[in-house]
Amino acid sequence: MPAATNTKRNLVTAALVAPAAAWLMIFLVLPFIAMLVFAFGERAPEGGYQAAFTFAQFARLPTRAAAFWNTLVLAPVGALLCLLVAYPVAYYLAVKADPRYRLILVSLVVVPFWTSLLVRTYAWMYILGSRGIPNLLSMVGFEDVRLLNTPGAVLLGIVYGYLPLMIMPIYVSLEKLDRRLLEASADLGARPVSTFFGVTLPLSLPGVMTGVALVTILLLGEYLIPQLLGGGKVFFIGNALVDLFLQSRNWPFGSAIAVTLVAVVVVILMVAMRIAFKVAGTRQVDLV
Amino acid sequence: MTSASTNDIEFRSVVKRYGSVTAVSDINFAVPRGAFMALLGPSGCGKTTCLRMIGGFEQPSEGTVYINGEAMNGVAAYRRPVNMVFQHYALFPHLDVEQNVSYGLRQMLPRIASPEISRRAQEALEMVRLGGFGKRGIHEMSGGQQQRVALARAIVNKPKVLLLDEPLAALDKKLRTAMQIELQTLQRELGITFVLVTHDQEEALSMSDFVCVMNAGRIVQVGPPQEIYDRPASLFVADFVGKTNRITATVDTGGASILFANGARFAAPAATTPSTGAAMVALRPEAISLKRNGAAGTAALSGTVTHRIFLGSSVEYSVDVDGLGDFLVTADRRALGDSDLVEPGDKVGLAFDPNALHVFPA
Repeated sequence: MPAATNTKRNLVTAALVAPAAAWLMIFLVLPFIAMLVFAFGERAPEGGYQAAFTFAQFARLPTRAAAFWNTLVLAPVGALLCLLVAYPVAYYLAVKADPRYRLILVSLVVVPFWTSLLVRTYAWMYILGSRGIPNLLSMVGFEDVRLLNTPGAVLLGIVYGYLPLMIMPIYVSLEKLDRRLLEASADLGARPVSTFFGVTLPLSLPGVMTGVALVTILLLGEYLIPQLLGGGKVFFIGNALVDLFLQSRNWPFGSAIAVTLVAVVVVILMVAMRIAFKVAGTRQVDLV
Repeated sequence: MTSASTNDIEFRSVVKRYGSVTAVSDINFAVPRGAFMALLGPSGCGKTTCLRMIGGFEQPSEGTVYINGEAMNGVAAYRRPVNMVFQHYALFPHLDVEQNVSYGLRQMLPRIASPEISRRAQEALEMVRLGGFGKRGIHEMSGGQQQRVALARAIVNKPKVLLLDEPLAALDKKLRTAMQIELQTLQRELGITFVLVTHDQEEALSMSDFVCVMNAGRIVQVGPPQEIYDRPASLFVADFVGKTNRITATVDTGGASILFANGARFAAPAATTPSTGAAMVALRPEAISLKRNGAAGTAALSGTVTHRIFLGSSVEYSVDVDGLGDFLVTADRRALGDSDLVEPGDKVGLAFDPNALHVFPA
């Protein structure tokens, strides 16, 4: 009898997990294996993949060093900038805002998501382009200011595009922060600034960590913003991959870059998580 | 310089309004230095608001709160020489027990050296008998232990006044009784003023030197526990503090006698009785003794026992009194032999000293 219930329970578990597992298997694991295989192959003369076993593709990685550099620097820097802008907003929404208007204000943060990122980034192209802010600046005497196609423009686009993704997890962790803890801190003699660094910030770290991880990971695959605001001068790995797969049809080299990126990201995330947990203390875990 | 004062806490004409709602109105009371004072009342009576005004989490709309003789208007919570044990403790979940306790010490200016901080934190933990628990996480502590951590955290800064907001509400009965004794002991050892907020009359009576009974935002009686219990100032106090029987009655013959609704007449108690008119009479259940019908004696009221509740050291009877309805009667078991136990269905007489009657205008 218990064996029968166990079988039944296993079947239910399988039924619940199967769709997601199959999905990941077909669209993540198998493609990744294909990439691994491709990465050690050669480009067929007409483009695409030709079976081989060579490290030649990995040897050519340094030719894309700029893309790696841009991605691995601008993604975390962008995420941190995002954090600096997002935290005060999330704090205001969760702690200071009048509860009656809170829902409206929170939805205002999310509303831009209802429009395509493409459209919004195009808007920035015009704002930063020669007919936008530089044009206004030239009227007051600052000639030839170039904003578009600079790392600054890409960072601006990144912060703008990913801000809601950073605000929401921080907002959630601040919102469920027990107000009595802040009173307890004040009661024990802590000035508002000490209370912030001693209680509020540490207790919102799970949200901060979620936000930074989310934005960084998405940024590592970012393609659109560098393409439009970086103008091919500030390009990410995403841009390099599009070129290799769709333009020059060099699948093996593209695969080698993709595999390397995944490996680098996994290593960085592992190190980052270890540091974050050390900083936050292991007890933080049960608060997440 | 501040004027010397023998009162650690004083409320003068304090009013607190939230929008159009008045939470407390015209509160005046003083807590002498070193006293244990309980603010007692039903939920929503304004007792917690009063405590929060001492702590600095609320500012009075009118009037002034004095701590140690100093007016506290506009003084922020972190500048006040008081500490609070919060309801549900409000311990910092990201810090361990010792870090929680030393939190207040680390806020002090000028800075205290860290060996001194850990020494004092350890001292406070030992006072609440948690000496070896410093490195534990908050979630590894039981409810009773968390209560002690909260206590240690609040006393470590050596406040002038310790505020306790329903500190024992979340504990089970046995632990609560043990903590009541411990809190009293702690208060004597520290020699500082305690202000306790509670809705539990037993807690207020058992621990404090003074009880301040509040209702609907006002103070209805202040006094030592025994006085509150024995001489309630109003029907509300009689009802809220301890159990009581309420009897509809009339005072007549110029205030000399009391006529119960069922026609029974008693001499008015020696204590003040309102002059002629409709009245409500309160009578404690333990002031009544039951007499079996037929037994010798001059029982003034008679009725039928409907329920018997055995409470261990005492027995509670519910008696349907002829013409007056349900009465509660408590009998100490030591005062009656086993043969005296009456059963539901028995006809009984109710005897009491008329001086035990508390008469209030209706």
